[in-house]
Amino acid sequence: MNRKEYTYKEKKDTRSGFGDGLLELGKNNREVVALCADLTGSLKMGEFKNEFPERFFQIGIAEANMMGIAAGLTIGGKIPFTGTFANFSTGRVYDQIRQSIAYSNKNVKICASHAGITLGEDGATHQILEDIGMMKMLPGMTVINPCDYNQTKQATIALGSHTGPAYLRFGRPKWPIFTNKSDTFEIGKGIKFIDGNDISIFATGHMVWQALEAEKILFKMGISCEVINIHTIKPLDEELILKSVNKTRCAISCEEHNIVGGLGESISRVLGEKLPVPLKIIGVNDSFGESGKPLDLLVKYKLDPETIKKSVLEVLERK
Amino acid sequence: MSKQIKELEDISSQVRRDIVRMVHKVQSGHPGGSLGCTDFLVTLFFNVMKRKKSFKMNGKEEDLFFLSNGHISPVFYSVLSRAGYFDKKELKTFRELNSRLQGHPATHEGLPGIRVASGSLGQGLSVAIGAAQAKKLNNDDNIIYVLLGDGEMQEGQIWEALMYAAHNKLDNIIATIDYNGQQIDGKVDEVNSLTNIKNKLESFGWKVFESDGHDYSNILKTLENSKKSLKKGSPVINIMKTIMGKGVDFMENSHKWHGIPPNDEQLKIALNQNKETLGDY
Repeated sequence: MNRKEYTYKEKKDTRSGFGDGLLELGKNNREVVALCADLTGSLKMGEFKNEFPERFFQIGIAEANMMGIAAGLTIGGKIPFTGTFANFSTGRVYDQIRQSIAYSNKNVKICASHAGITLGEDGATHQILEDIGMMKMLPGMTVINPCDYNQTKQATIALGSHTGPAYLRFGRPKWPIFTNKSDTFEIGKGIKFIDGNDISIFATGHMVWQALEAEKILFKMGISCEVINIHTIKPLDEELILKSVNKTRCAISCEEHNIVGGLGESISRVLGEKLPVPLKIIGVNDSFGESGKPLDLLVKYKLDPETIKKSVLEVLERK
Repeated sequence: MSKQIKELEDISSQVRRDIVRMVHKVQSGHPGGSLGCTDFLVTLFFNVMKRKKSFKMNGKEEDLFFLSNGHISPVFYSVLSRAGYFDKKELKTFRELNSRLQGHPATHEGLPGIRVASGSLGQGLSVAIGAAQAKKLNNDDNIIYVLLGDGEMQEGQIWEALMYAAHNKLDNIIATIDYNGQQIDGKVDEVNSLTNIKNKLESFGWKVFESDGHDYSNILKTLENSKKSLKKGSPVINIMKTIMGKGVDFMENSHKWHGIPPNDEQLKIALNQNKETLGDY
């Protein structure tokens, strides 16, 4: 059984993974262009802007216009990456994405920072917890929520050679880097971090680290957890999910998102249709967030390792 | 290749027949705005735009056209077909099940001539700007044309786009407003007036022309002047006065024909007023 204990030496924000990935893409592919709605620093797009000023478009505070311009750029063969906060990347511009990008099947990469509750002190106006749901409902949209700096960089680079509309979701806080630069990353293919027998834990984004922390506690209690990173919420790696649950016969899912419309609901659809087992969805319980420090918010909104541990015990009772 | 005005008139007459026949057959669609933009679109496609014969999505080395007010799809489809993008027989599938001629233009079914979906208003100018910027990156000095509705100017995104294009001195885009003064709920001036639209557009940094959308010479001259003006480094917009329903007397100048089809008798009258010049589909 492969059980690696995950640790970290460094913390870094996932948005920096996006910025560094974008810079690398820019060097390797001259069709890659970037658009930003007055948040160049927050999105870590400054180096791309300095390196490739002719391929960087400062749109100003006009996100709807940004989505339309991105759609138009694809017509001339460009691969546009738009950058703004997750809230302004989705809810604010849903119809523009729906008509000009998704329905028109344009090769736009919508890159969204400050997603989820760990945005912190800015509070609920900016802490979007509904974006995965909105984006995954759009036919043909790929939805990715990487778990740390390295994975975000890999996902950004992978999007450079992916065709079709995509939503890349990442965050603001400094977060443990526990994957390796050399890890393989493939859009739509989940990654098994830890082999286990008793329960499958599916996690996405920042919650992957929380799940790994919970696993350490549970391991000491003699519970064998299989921890799987579902970085791509759509298309969902159904094969990996079913294979794991076929072995463990129960599951929990973890996401920094509303339990309505997120990863958990996608997994429950697959399991409900094909392999019904006890399942618990961990996420924000259909509420808005609030101001606070990211780690305090994760505890208050029950997105912490302790909650995951309790949920695992509860699901095991129902097995 | 440039057509005489008589030829443009003949094409327009046929396009008007196509419009009313399409909308009548399926008893659905938007005849009013379509008839009003017929003379302009015929002139643009047959005498102004530099177009390649076969359609490629990327539109490199040719002029491109974007329709932002997508509900006037009947005129768009008819003009595309008559300009050779697809067989005119396909016009009879307009708004039917399994058709490439969706209620509002879409790329989803792969209809040649369409580069983006439109219908939800306010988005086309932004897309046109993106296409214009891609042309610049590709060192392609062809022009992007875009048509907007006047009621559509009430959408906020249009003003985001206007501000951006002028700030970035986009000198390869010519926009046209179909200024028929009507929208679904009544006169634009009564619903939400565009008060001093020319001043607004000029103050946003666009070069503004005014034209008569039913006078071919005037349309041609305006577009020629627009192209010349682009060289001065700002985007150009053309406020084009049109008559909603133009060419079918009982439809003219009324918002009531924005989105309703003629009945059998009305169709007869409409067809009598527009002669068959190129063969009905």
